[in-house]
Amino acid sequence: MSMLPPTFQAFRRRLAENIDGPLLTVALAIMAFGLASIYSATVYASGRTVAQLLNLGAGLLAMWLVAQLPPQKLMRFAVPLYVVGVLLLLLVFPLGIKVNGARRWLSLGFTRIQPAEILKIAMPLMLAWYFHKHEAMLKIRHYVVAGLLLAVPFALIARQPDLGSAILVGAAGFYVIFLAGLPWKIIFGMIAAGVAAAPFIWSMLYDFQRRRILTLIDPTTDPLGAGYHIIQSIIAIGAGGPFGRGWLQGTQTHLEFIPERHTDFIFAVFSEERGLVGNSILLILYLLLIARGLMITAKASTLFSRVLAGSITLSFFTYAFVNMGMVSGILPVVGVPLPFMSYGGTALVTLFLGIGILMSIRAHRMLVKQ
Amino acid sequence: MLIRATQTPQDIELARFRFRVGFAAGVVVLAFSLLLGRFVFLQVFQHEYYTTRAEDNRISLLPLPPNRGMIEDRNGVVLARNYTAFTLEITPSKVGNLEQTIESLGELVEIQPKDKRRFHKLIEESRAFESLPIRARLSDEEVARFAANRYRFPGVEVKARLFRQYPLGPVGAHAIGYINRINKTDLDWIEEKEQSSNYKGSEHIGKTGLEKSYEFQLHGETGYEKVEIDAGGRTVRSLSRVAPISGGTLTLTLDIGLQEMAEKTFGDRRGALVAIEPSTGGILALVSTPSFDPNLFIDGIRSEDWEQLNNSPDRPMINRAINGTYPIGSTFKPFMALAALETGKRTPEQTFFDPGFFTFGGNTFRDEKRGGHGMVDMYKSIVHSCDTYYYALANDMGIDAIARFMKPLGFGSKTGIDIDGESEGVLPSPEWKKRHYKRPAQQKWFAGETISIGIGQGQNDYTPVQLAHAVATLANDGVAFRPHLVKYITDSRTGEKTMIEPKPLRRLPWKKQNVDFVKKAMVGVNKEGTGARAFGDAAYASGGKTGTAQVFSLRGANYNAQRLRQELRDHALFIAFAPAERPRIALAVLVENGGFGARSAAPIARLVLDYYLLGKQEKGPAREDEAAVDSDDESRE
Repeated sequence: MSMLPPTFQAFRRRLAENIDGPLLTVALAIMAFGLASIYSATVYASGRTVAQLLNLGAGLLAMWLVAQLPPQKLMRFAVPLYVVGVLLLLLVFPLGIKVNGARRWLSLGFTRIQPAEILKIAMPLMLAWYFHKHEAMLKIRHYVVAGLLLAVPFALIARQPDLGSAILVGAAGFYVIFLAGLPWKIIFGMIAAGVAAAPFIWSMLYDFQRRRILTLIDPTTDPLGAGYHIIQSIIAIGAGGPFGRGWLQGTQTHLEFIPERHTDFIFAVFSEERGLVGNSILLILYLLLIARGLMITAKASTLFSRVLAGSITLSFFTYAFVNMGMVSGILPVVGVPLPFMSYGGTALVTLFLGIGILMSIRAHRMLVKQ
Repeated sequence: MLIRATQTPQDIELARFRFRVGFAAGVVVLAFSLLLGRFVFLQVFQHEYYTTRAEDNRISLLPLPPNRGMIEDRNGVVLARNYTAFTLEITPSKVGNLEQTIESLGELVEIQPKDKRRFHKLIEESRAFESLPIRARLSDEEVARFAANRYRFPGVEVKARLFRQYPLGPVGAHAIGYINRINKTDLDWIEEKEQSSNYKGSEHIGKTGLEKSYEFQLHGETGYEKVEIDAGGRTVRSLSRVAPISGGTLTLTLDIGLQEMAEKTFGDRRGALVAIEPSTGGILALVSTPSFDPNLFIDGIRSEDWEQLNNSPDRPMINRAINGTYPIGSTFKPFMALAALETGKRTPEQTFFDPGFFTFGGNTFRDEKRGGHGMVDMYKSIVHSCDTYYYALANDMGIDAIARFMKPLGFGSKTGIDIDGESEGVLPSPEWKKRHYKRPAQQKWFAGETISIGIGQGQNDYTPVQLAHAVATLANDGVAFRPHLVKYITDSRTGEKTMIEPKPLRRLPWKKQNVDFVKKAMVGVNKEGTGARAFGDAAYASGGKTGTAQVFSLRGANYNAQRLRQELRDHALFIAFAPAERPRIALAVLVENGGFGARSAAPIARLVLDYYLLGKQEKGPAREDEAAVDSDDESRE
């Protein structure tokens, strides 16, 4: 390295500044599995792998930029980002582009965005900011206000309808409230209320959402309709066996029995070709990612950065658990991608933004105290 | 968690926060353990099951239907074969707007209204995912035109199909039968016979005749191609293949040349002819006129063709040779004579005075010949067809003895010919009456009824094949063979021939001298009796017997064939065997409403025997022998 000119050495140092090696390494390792699986899933329609590499580039850039910002600066984005996000969510209803019966997208002319995606970052940011502002004098009413701040976008997203994003946004918000010290009494009270309200929630769900839940309970009731996806992905996982059928060898994948192969159901592709061994390695990688995130969380200096880091980290868990649970048939089918594996630019950039925030919090943990 | 003495509220807060982070970490580990447990369950414990499911997903067995076996006559002339042609086929389930699609197809390929009607009929009878033909036998130009526009028509394909063809059309159609598309009834039958798996890819099945009765031998064995398919059901590649085995070739006893000329001898008259090789029971000709073209049926008959066949007063779809039943008139007499000799009721020399009538219980049974035949012995009774002789004989024998003798000859029971649709007919007897009638008053047998039985009238009701079978048995000195159409079946793979029969059905214990006497008398018929006008100048000796079967009872009035409506005229019959010494052929001819047997049936028999024994080609209808009307043959009640 000493052979390199001093300017390059400086550039390298600047580039590595605030970047957390373990976090990036684990994320990239998962990405590597993801890219291989995307290649396998789209082998007859090439281009996806390259596109995902470009998405990765964009994600890394976003990560790097955010990592350079100290958390105080991030805090400033909290309210505007949240307000803009909610406004855009409101705009989706009259102006959104309807795809498969759901309005999730807004056209910006040159591109289109999913406002729900903004909330995945804006929600924990907003709530973290809110609790930080009222630190040391937190009363029940603050939790109630936080709950309302969470409920509005959650309801808007759920009505689009986009149950997957609603769950992710809701979970991210809930983690903040939980880590900010929501009393256990209330938590258990809410669980009890939730169980009691289940029939009411059921009545509010859309038909297709209900069907998804019903087919989860017994996929065979509708083997050619809603249950088909789940049955096929479970077959793929089971057929993978202990060691997998080998890369590019999965018949469920290559004969197109697995639906949404390169996006939401990429885990079935991976699982068929890599088997239990691959699954275990993937689980360990996610655990390492979460563990590193929680370490950063535990060591963060302010309430804001603590609950934000915790929420983001636990969101990664939510993504991974809900997705793998859904693909392996123990959770209902909701549109949640597998983090760093599933194809998709927006989701990937959002994920790397989260990683960037974690890095920023780690890098700046001492600054606040000093 | 340790709490130090110097702890600030912030420290307490931090400790509580870290506990919550730890709690969350616990939840994460728990949740991931759950996932791991699920993966172990699916990938270790249920691995085999899901591997099978994945294999079932990707592997499909495509049935490869076999080629249907051919049918040929005893000399190897092809009667049913297959040829390849292109059809335009639509899979209704894959097509959005069916009418629109057919409309657009009509611009490329000629589709007539009748094609559309037939197609709609097919849809009703089939499953939606089946590929159904809308046009058969496309021209090369039409195939090319469709191929260029194929992208516009998802769910529409041009397929090369094997078609059944009956090169001789209506010739022998009743014996050969035809195939048609498999319908629900056929599917039930296939299932009942446990042949479902062998018919996976088959679309046609024999419906009548030999095509039906030898269906499983003709069909062959379906092969399979194991292919890999994708989720859309498209074939990705072939994995393995078990070739189908073509059906066996049926070689018939039928002589199609004889069959064809025999059919022509009928002209446009309705009737039947069955010719049998006495030494084997092999059927040489099985004629039922009018016939029909079996080629019309192969891919679903057009409704107008069907209506025409079905509504024709001549009923061409009925196989008169095995399905029609008729009183056989005086052709019954030789059998009665044999019965008399065998039972000892008469000797050949015993004479009888025929005054021209026979009275019984106040009823008078008249003889055709006014004034009677005078002194009649058995020979004369057959040669000149004396009714009175047989009235008396029947009365002497009694109905039970007659029925007992006739039953083993096959009268009134199915002969067991190897095609479907055979009628039983009626061999009259007191038992039959008891079975047939419900009211006790009708069940009783009256001795007077026995009288007409003796001349083949009354309740006697037999199929032409029964009559021919009886003649063949007589010609063969009492050794009866089951009448059959198939000589042997050739296995398509091994070339091995499976012979059908000929094992004697039964050997009737007749005395040689009795049989010889009856045969001699029948030879006399053709030499000096009622058959002499037709056979007198034949180059071979033959036995025969004329017969006239009443359709309409005139109750003593004068019979004037000219004035009687045609469909009420008597049926003409003739039975024959030849050559007299070693019969090679025995036959029964029936001409519906043909009047006297000597007039219209005997000339047909003569042409058929000439062809078979001498190779004489007389193509065309047999002329009616107008002068034979006044033969001393027939009888009125």
